[in-house]
Amino acid sequence: MTEEKVLIKGNYAIAQAAINAGCQCYFGYPITPQTEIGEYLSGKMQELGRAYVCAESELGAINMVMGAVATGVKAMTSSSSCAVSLMQEALSYAASDELPVVLVNVMRTGPGLGYIYPAQGDYNQAVYGGGNGDYKLIVLAPSTVQECVDLTYRAFYLAQKYRNPTMILADGLLGQMMEPASFGEYPYPEVDVSSWALTGAKGRPARTIYSVATEEKKQIQHIYDLHKKFEVIAENETSYEEFNTEDAEFILVAFGSMTRNIKAAMNVLRAQGKKVGCFRPITLSPFPYKNIKALAEKGKDMIVVEMNMGQMLKDVKYAVEGKSQVSFVNRPCGEWLSVEEIVAAVNEIIAAKEGSISGKEMESRYATSI
Amino acid sequence: MQQVFSIPKSMKKDFKYTFCPGCDHGIAIRLVAEVIDELGIREDIISSTSVGCSVFLYDFLDVDCVEAPHGRALASATGVKRARPDKIVFTYSGDGDFASIGLAESMHTALRGERVTSFCINNTTYGMTGGQLGPTTMMGQVTTTSPTGRNREYYGYPIKVAEHIALCDGTAYSARVALDSIPHINEAKKAIKKAFQVQLDGLGFGFVEILSSCPTNWHLSPEGAHKRIREEMIPVFPLGVFKDITENK
Repeated sequence: MTEEKVLIKGNYAIAQAAINAGCQCYFGYPITPQTEIGEYLSGKMQELGRAYVCAESELGAINMVMGAVATGVKAMTSSSSCAVSLMQEALSYAASDELPVVLVNVMRTGPGLGYIYPAQGDYNQAVYGGGNGDYKLIVLAPSTVQECVDLTYRAFYLAQKYRNPTMILADGLLGQMMEPASFGEYPYPEVDVSSWALTGAKGRPARTIYSVATEEKKQIQHIYDLHKKFEVIAENETSYEEFNTEDAEFILVAFGSMTRNIKAAMNVLRAQGKKVGCFRPITLSPFPYKNIKALAEKGKDMIVVEMNMGQMLKDVKYAVEGKSQVSFVNRPCGEWLSVEEIVAAVNEIIAAKEGSISGKEMESRYATSI
Repeated sequence: MQQVFSIPKSMKKDFKYTFCPGCDHGIAIRLVAEVIDELGIREDIISSTSVGCSVFLYDFLDVDCVEAPHGRALASATGVKRARPDKIVFTYSGDGDFASIGLAESMHTALRGERVTSFCINNTTYGMTGGQLGPTTMMGQVTTTSPTGRNREYYGYPIKVAEHIALCDGTAYSARVALDSIPHINEAKKAIKKAFQVQLDGLGFGFVEILSSCPTNWHLSPEGAHKRIREEMIPVFPLGVFKDITENK
């Protein structure tokens, strides 16, 4: 198999990967910075004889995806931040109905309309859900254009394998940047959907997919079952990447595009003789709690770097369970925290730990209290 | 001996009747089932219902069904049909679902000319939540949220759904029927069949608005409710076919 690389924009990479993954239907509504996904697919899907609908709204788009995937085909929509908010009701339904919806969120700035500056402010919404009730999405966070390809493949597979709505949480930086990437072939087996997909009640009893629960006991059991399923997902599918954590005293933790800068910052800090490593969850949900805890138990301090006011930070603190110190370096949105800024911030945190800057002064400089 | 009455094959055998006494949902669902039987399409159907009394369609009909959130039945149906163009897709909604919270989805499905069939039960109120003002509530009608009756100043006007759907270029068939009398029920069945037929023929969106009673929330007897349909609703929501692109063929 050829591993030929092409120079391609993140949004196009997601779109082409969806085609390769066998996505039969795309439903979408334009919003910057993800519009190229729909533009790219509008031509390609027609050429391939697959379905493409310019939906009347994001409400329409996500519900079209739900209808399509209920018949057992692969389908997706893509959107951005404030418009993903419009889809939260449907995601809650999809989780309860166990529909393998695939949704791409190329994050912009919020709250509200915000603007098209890149940001990572939708972590909470993606991981903890903006819809009602006890449910969880599978959330995958790419950090390179290559991962836009790889995690799109994985999203289609996981969504069907576990019958769970799955989100690719990218950001404007990644959506708009060009990088070399290779597509290869869709690497996952096709999932057998014949036991549940709606295809017409031919030679079998009629099937219904619904979340309305008039029987209390059934509803209680349903929520337990969904929860249990997610425990299996956490056991099997939690993934992360770590660099130089073995001898590290301080570990930079980031997700998505910010991973790029913490890796570069780590290299600078290492060259300065600082024992710094990196950790980045690939699955934000399920979150690698155990793995972070194991590092914290060895006394390694965590420095969370995010483009928000401290969202993944809470999960890292939860994972660490007070076993080591957790610091925070952030900017709410806009120009990505540069390698230099991260290096400077980390050096101050290290200095504070060594006693040359008071902890209180540190807190006022970088740590956001939550 | 000749059998003069039987339950349609497309009805489930073990359903419990959950609608209020005198509610016309039972008649509407039965008609849909009879038409599905007559067209022989039960095994090819994937239906979509959303929220309201109409959601319990799948308790009665022996066909595949996917639920949609409130108002999104036609978006869901669009997804089903685009994914499986070889299947017969229909929705069954109330007026609140179809013409209030879901009006954008409904209209745009008609405008796109999706090859799906859609039924909208118009009983001039939100039945399941206990009789509030909805998009089809009539001028002067008292509901729990229009205690002095619907008036222009506070509430604006009701929507005439079948006429609006008829205006959409993608609509192949749009009609309004009623279930208050045997002749009207017979007409209703013909319209339901036609709305499926235009889908089977690949012509476009097929739609029927069905004037139905809600005795519980109208505070009328079943008989009084049908009288209201005849005397108050039909003059405002006239019965008839508002669009039929097969008419001159």
